[in-house]
Amino acid sequence: MREVELLIIGSGPAGLCAAISAASSGASVLILERSFKPGGQLIKQTHMFFGSESQYASYRGVDIADILIEKLGEYGERIELMLNATAVGFYEDNVVTVLKDEKEYFKIKARSVICATGAFEKSLAFPNNDLPGIYGAGAVQTLMNVYGIRPGNRVLMVGAGNIGVIVSYQLMQAGIEVAAVLDAAPRIGAYLVHASKLARMGVPILTSHTVKEAIGKDCLEAAIVCEVDERFDPIPGTEKRFDVDVLCISVGLSPLNELLAMRGVEMKYVPQLSGSVPMRSESCETCIPGIFVAGDASGIEEASSAMAEGYLAGLCAAAKLGHVPENFEQRRSEYLKQLEDLRSGPVGERIRAGMKISQL
Amino acid sequence: MFEKTGVATREMVITKFPPIERINKGPVAVVECYQKIPCNPCQTACPCGAIRIGEDINEIPERDESVCTGCGICVAKCPGLSIMIVDGSKSEKTVEFRIPYEFMPLPEAGEKVVGLDRAGKPVCEATVKRVMNPPSFDRTPVITLEVDRAYLYDFRNFRREA
Repeated sequence: MREVELLIIGSGPAGLCAAISAASSGASVLILERSFKPGGQLIKQTHMFFGSESQYASYRGVDIADILIEKLGEYGERIELMLNATAVGFYEDNVVTVLKDEKEYFKIKARSVICATGAFEKSLAFPNNDLPGIYGAGAVQTLMNVYGIRPGNRVLMVGAGNIGVIVSYQLMQAGIEVAAVLDAAPRIGAYLVHASKLARMGVPILTSHTVKEAIGKDCLEAAIVCEVDERFDPIPGTEKRFDVDVLCISVGLSPLNELLAMRGVEMKYVPQLSGSVPMRSESCETCIPGIFVAGDASGIEEASSAMAEGYLAGLCAAAKLGHVPENFEQRRSEYLKQLEDLRSGPVGERIRAGMKISQL
Repeated sequence: MFEKTGVATREMVITKFPPIERINKGPVAVVECYQKIPCNPCQTACPCGAIRIGEDINEIPERDESVCTGCGICVAKCPGLSIMIVDGSKSEKTVEFRIPYEFMPLPEAGEKVVGLDRAGKPVCEATVKRVMNPPSFDRTPVITLEVDRAYLYDFRNFRREA
C-alpha cells in the first residue's frame, strides 16, 4: 500500500492553496482530484473575483486556477497531482480508498489528510422537476464555460444568490436569453452589484416568487411560477407562465464532507454554514489530530475564503508533520487576518455565527 | 426596493455623482457600490489614491473627486462592474460616459446604440465614441459613449440595434 505524508482530497481553490502552502513548508503532498482537470469550480468561473489582492481579487476564477496550478509546478516532485481519482472511503487507520479512471481501486495511507472536497448543489421539489431542460446552475456553467455548449435558448433562473445571478449574466454573454431570475426570499441574496449588472440588461429579478410546476412532454416547454407570502406559501391567483426550454436551479450549496463523517470526525449541523460540517479548531484541524478541513467542505462561503483557509490548513498540517517554517507564526496570523477581514462585514454575519458554533 | 430588484433609485444614484461643476471640468469616476461586501480592488488599482476603502475591506469605497483624474483604470478592475467615468467637459449639450461592456460583438466607434437605464429600459440614443480593449483591461472592454446631458443620471448601459 502506498504511503504518503500529506494527502489532500480535492484540487479546488482550497485544495490547491493547501498544497502550495504545505509544500512551501517542506511537506510532500499527494492531491486527489476526481475530475480530469484540476481547479474545481474555478475552471468555469469566467467572472472577476471579489476580495483583496491576497485572494487574487479582480482576476477571473479560470485564470486563478492557472496561476495556482503553475505554482504547484514550482515545488516539483514534492507535489503530485492525481487526476480522475475519487476518494471513496476514509478509514480509522488513515487509509483512503481511491477509485482511479473508474477501474483501478487501491488504498493510500496518509500521515495527515486535508479534506477539501467542496460542495454539492441543493435541488428544489416541484411537479415535473425531472424533465430534460431542468439543470442545476453548476451544470449549465460547466456546459457553457468548460465545454462551450449552449444549454438551450431561453432560460428561467431559479435563485437570486451569487451563483444564480452570475450564471444568468454568463448565459447572456453566451447569447442566450434569460427570461427572469426568481427567488423565494423577499430580498436578493447575491451581491447587489451582480444583481444590478443583470437588471440593467433588462432581466427582471422577481423576489418572493417560486416555481409551481414545470410543463412539457418530452422536454421542458414552460414553467409556471407564482408569488409566495412571507411564510413562503404560494399565493393563489398569482401564477405566471414563462415559455422557456431551460430551467436553471440555483438554490444553494451544501458542504460535501461524508468522508470526514466516515472517518469518525465529530460533525454538527450548522444552518449558517448550509449543512452538516466538521467541528474544527482555528487552524482547520478536526477533533482527530492530523485531519484537517478547508473550503466549502467546512461550510459554504466564497472562493476567496476557501483559498485563505486552504493556505492556513496547508501551513498547519505541514507544521504538525514537523515542517515548521521560520515564519510560521507570521504566516498563520496573516491567513487568520485575511479570513477575519473577508468575514467581518454584514454579508459575513452568518458565517461568523456558524464559525462560532462549529469551533472546537 | 433596491434589494428586491437590483435597480438603484434616483436618490441613491445621485449620491454617487460629484457636483455638476466637477463633471464639467473633466472626467471623474462614479463608483456605484452601495453594499458592504469584502472587496477592494478599486482602491488597489487607483494610481492616484482617489478611491479609499480603508482598513476594513468591507467598507463602501469613497472617491475623492478633487484627486480623481478620471483615468478609468478602476472601471475594468471592479469585479462588480459598478464604476463608470463621466465627463461633461467636451460639450454643453452632451456628456461622455465610459462604461464596462463584456458582450460580443463589440460596437464600433461612430455607431448609434440604444441607451438603457438601470432597469434596462431604453431611454435615449447614444453614440459610441471609442472602444478600448487592451490586454491590461483583462477582457472587460470599456466603451466611451456620448449621451444627451438630460440623461446624466439615467443612462447606465446600452444595446446595439438588431
